[in-house]
Amino acid sequence: MPSIIRVEDLRYVYNEGLPTATEALHGISFEVAEHSFLGIIGPTGCGKSTLITHFNGLAKPTSGKVYIDGQDLWENPKDIRRFRFITGLVFQYPEYQLFEETVFKDIAFGPRNMGLSEEEIATRVRQAAEFCGLPEEFMQRSPFELSGGQKRRVAIAGVLAMQPKLLVLDEPASGLDPEGRDTILHQIKQYHRQTGTSVVLVSHSMEDVARYADDVLVMQEGGIAMYDKTDAVFARAEELLALGLSVPQITKIFLRLREMGLSIPTDIYTVKYAAETVLAYAKGEGGGHHPA
Amino acid sequence: MPKGKGAATILRDITIGQHFPGNSPVHRLDPRIKILLTIAWVVVLLMRSNFIGMGIAALLLVLLYRMAKIPGRMVWRSTRPLLPILLFTTILQLFFNSQGRSLVQFWVINITTGGIYNALLFTLRIVILLVGVSLLTYTTSPIALTDAIERLLSPLSRLRFPTHELAMMMTIALRFIPTLIEETDKIMSAQKARGAELDSGNFIQRIKALVPVLIPLFLSAFRRAEDLAMAMECRCYRGGEGRTRLRQLRFTAGDLLATLFCLVVLGAIGASGYVVAPPF
Repeated sequence: MPSIIRVEDLRYVYNEGLPTATEALHGISFEVAEHSFLGIIGPTGCGKSTLITHFNGLAKPTSGKVYIDGQDLWENPKDIRRFRFITGLVFQYPEYQLFEETVFKDIAFGPRNMGLSEEEIATRVRQAAEFCGLPEEFMQRSPFELSGGQKRRVAIAGVLAMQPKLLVLDEPASGLDPEGRDTILHQIKQYHRQTGTSVVLVSHSMEDVARYADDVLVMQEGGIAMYDKTDAVFARAEELLALGLSVPQITKIFLRLREMGLSIPTDIYTVKYAAETVLAYAKGEGGGHHPA
Repeated sequence: MPKGKGAATILRDITIGQHFPGNSPVHRLDPRIKILLTIAWVVVLLMRSNFIGMGIAALLLVLLYRMAKIPGRMVWRSTRPLLPILLFTTILQLFFNSQGRSLVQFWVINITTGGIYNALLFTLRIVILLVGVSLLTYTTSPIALTDAIERLLSPLSRLRFPTHELAMMMTIALRFIPTLIEETDKIMSAQKARGAELDSGNFIQRIKALVPVLIPLFLSAFRRAEDLAMAMECRCYRGGEGRTRLRQLRFTAGDLLATLFCLVVLGAIGASGYVVAPPF
């Protein structure tokens, strides 16, 4: 399958040439297949946010190459703006970027910058708003009258309306209540399923990544610690804990159970799978042929 | 930054007002004295002067910068943004001073020896003045600075002039400069991610392109102001009356010695222009 992201030996240094120079990314390489849902996790300051700003050319690699949708970002630096529309980047707390008088106009900002026709803009805005669960009557209201969760959805819709091939979200659910959190992440997953857009979700909530991502990239101190299928990554729960990361609560319970001598699989990270495992185990115990 | 320079990166390049923490005698000098001496410095440098005075002034600066251990690179960085203005005034001096012997005469332009002398002296003077004033902010923390300003203005509070409030406003403003720069950077990145073009197009287009940055920036500034006011209220802040200080300013023997030394040198710089009269 063609890859939507290909990163080759990417190195990035902040404040290069100054005494405060710090290397945020130490030569990392990886590839992400098209139509995948990737979760990026790692402790604060590990370079997650620096990495994602390379996907739309806001940051320029100190050395190394970044390819998005098979194209080298910095082959022609004058042409970098077109990658802003190929990669839709949603920053942390995106509601603080809203500025227009109406929700409609704000969502239309991206598509308008793309130079689309008015009809095309209107269609895209309506579609994006629908995906984000924003009712039609919001369109003519001021974005500043809305609640925090609604504002966030307007901001995400503003990026979706550009219909990027790759959607990157930095902590899209932070600061929301549990319900708002689930709604937003669910809508993103839904959008991913329906449109086939590749999604990168940056988060430090293990629960969220475990529930929504197909692959997980674990970062640590500007490098890649693990990159694998979600279940394979969570099977290494002890290593994750050693990296100073947390694992889903359900995984912690099963780790503890293993410590107590129960032979159960290690790759448990969703409650549903956990329930099935426990039931199967109980059956096995009852039948008496489970190897203890 | 991928394309050109964002406003935030330009702001970061300007180092006037940047503090270099340290523990040198220059750092430790009473901030009130430092402010008064800086004012005296500006006055002296704007008086009639010649290259002898500038030489003494430059020597004093080299001595103080060495003592404070401020890298010479910083001096260059603080003067660089002002180069265009400097160049402009130098050219004005060069072309519109008709003292002394005429060297080049062409159309309305008349370059004279006096013009060259004054252009050089003027430029040197402004640079020295600026580098000297920068030393104040390099070696004094913003908190110490506003504290000292409050103390220096305190006689005015008898006339119901709100000195404490003024100092508090300055402290808060200084405190929020880096925060707002960071905020600007973030908002600019977010709008660029939505395809905003912030550094191309003609003047009008650029002003228009700033709207998506300025509105969120103002909103966040107001939000921060409200939060801060609330936090101060919660800690029972009620202005300067009866407020005690964590750092008491004390005038020491060392301060007196340093002051006397600086006054002598300043006196020498000031006198040089009158003892040896400038040729033009």
